[in-house]
Amino acid sequence: MNTTQAQTSPQVVLSAKDLSKHFGGIKATQNVNLDIVHGARHALIGPNGAGKTTLINLLTGVLEPSSGRIELMGQDITNMAPDQRVQLGLVRTFQINQLFSTLTPLTTLLWVVSNKKGFGSKWWSPLGTHGAVLERCNELLEQFHLSDVSNQRVSTLSYGKQRLLEIAMSLACEPKVLLLDEPVAGVPSGERDELLQTVAQLPSDVSIVLIEHDMDLVFSFAKQMTVLVNGAVLCSGEPQDLAHDPRVREVYLGSTQIAGAEHV
Amino acid sequence: MMGPNNMLEIKRLNRTKIWEWVVLSLMLASPFLFAERAMMINEIAITALFAISLDLILGYSGIVSLGHAAFFGWGVYAAGIFSKLVNPDPIVGLIVVMGSSLVLGLICSLTILRGSDLTRLMVTLGVSLIGLELANQLRDLTGGADGLQGVVMAPIFGVFEFDLSAKVASIYSVLICVLVLLFVRRLVRSPFGFGLVAIRDNSLRARAVGLNVSHRLMVIYAISASLAGLSGALLAQTTGFASLDVFSFDRSADVMLMLVIGGVGWLYGGVLGAVVFKLIQSQLSSITPQYWMFWIGLFLVILVLTGRDRIKEWFAGVSA
Repeated sequence: MNTTQAQTSPQVVLSAKDLSKHFGGIKATQNVNLDIVHGARHALIGPNGAGKTTLINLLTGVLEPSSGRIELMGQDITNMAPDQRVQLGLVRTFQINQLFSTLTPLTTLLWVVSNKKGFGSKWWSPLGTHGAVLERCNELLEQFHLSDVSNQRVSTLSYGKQRLLEIAMSLACEPKVLLLDEPVAGVPSGERDELLQTVAQLPSDVSIVLIEHDMDLVFSFAKQMTVLVNGAVLCSGEPQDLAHDPRVREVYLGSTQIAGAEHV
Repeated sequence: MMGPNNMLEIKRLNRTKIWEWVVLSLMLASPFLFAERAMMINEIAITALFAISLDLILGYSGIVSLGHAAFFGWGVYAAGIFSKLVNPDPIVGLIVVMGSSLVLGLICSLTILRGSDLTRLMVTLGVSLIGLELANQLRDLTGGADGLQGVVMAPIFGVFEFDLSAKVASIYSVLICVLVLLFVRRLVRSPFGFGLVAIRDNSLRARAVGLNVSHRLMVIYAISASLAGLSGALLAQTTGFASLDVFSFDRSADVMLMLVIGGVGWLYGGVLGAVVFKLIQSQLSSITPQYWMFWIGLFLVILVLTGRDRIKEWFAGVSA
């Protein structure tokens, strides 16, 4: 794998500082420090119960941290409402599709883009009559292979297409940092390549945090990796280095998966 | 190549269909076509308007309410009392009632922001019962259990006087119902309206793409309350009377039944439901005054068990 690193220290776009979350006596997140740099392809891995979901919920504002700070582009967002974080550019996708089932891909994206471009509370003119909004939607539909199903009801789409829409919606929010929660989970093999290809082609100036169990995807996609265990950061670094780290082998990676990683 | 296609699709979505023109024209013509049933037309138009207001929160935004009569009742009493004590002009009355219902709705919206469907049902029901009891207790102002009597309206625009045959009343109510329908039509096709559907379909995701869900729900709840108040005001102005039953649980439940009959989350569902419900009510109650609710109940059970889609298919099959 290519290991070129930017010479100047890259700009940190999202950072967690000493982030902790306790549920009663259970420490779901313990003093997590995480820096996501501009344009990152950063994988976040860990066994079940490692606290990945809690960390995502803390970053996106669904949960309030017990202590610590979160900064987005240098701005403290620790106590900011989830929708405000999205407006500032911190956007997520969901492990289980969260779609608007009665809309179509076209109307879904028209609405999300309208909302992003500040027409969301406009009530007088119909959806989609703004030229720039429609143009952006057509781009997204094309990019995510949704053009041919753009007018079908979302609930009738195949799982793979729904998964594409799941990601297209998040990109429609013009994210600076995109948290992809297991983007290929549950996608049948026939539709997998289309999805992997789309994920690989996400704009390079969007910093991406990938939460994933699929090691093939992690090693082919990620340039940085953080391993979480029991709510704490076990180690952080470049994927191929971590793959050989005995601590990582011990707690998380099976030997066969390491063998797979060496091929990459 | 996809661009123009989607442009066409958007045009298709926003076009006013021919049947819509027919429906709107029929509505406007109804006070003249059925002049001898003007009282009935007036009542249906008011009820339809009330149902449309509920559909905005129930059908479009997914907020269940068993207490929408709170705003309807507020509208009835506010319009009646305002015309008695302050100004008998009907248009001024409507504006005052809409404004005050809007504020009331905004305040009450705080109670429906959190919680499940069940808590919302209970909270909305509770608010309407509070309204009922207040109207009952504030006897000096509302007339209590005897009802508010002696509401005399000035002529509309100083010209059209409310007459005993209810002709003017029916035209007035139908006209306002159609205006509201056109307004709501605009609203639900706009980005604002799609935001409501997004919240109904998946509020988690609506928030995750940057929508302030609470804020949007507060706004639509206030608008819905304002329109419910408007329909109540029409009732007070056109009948010159207000009684405690405008706050009753039956009133809230009936309007929900109408929406279920006519179609939830469909612009014309409220109108269709109100027409069907009121016609069935008047027909059946003249045949079996005691038991007409039995037939309404049976009709509902069959409707829900059969499923609306299947009925639509039958109609599609017949018209094809």
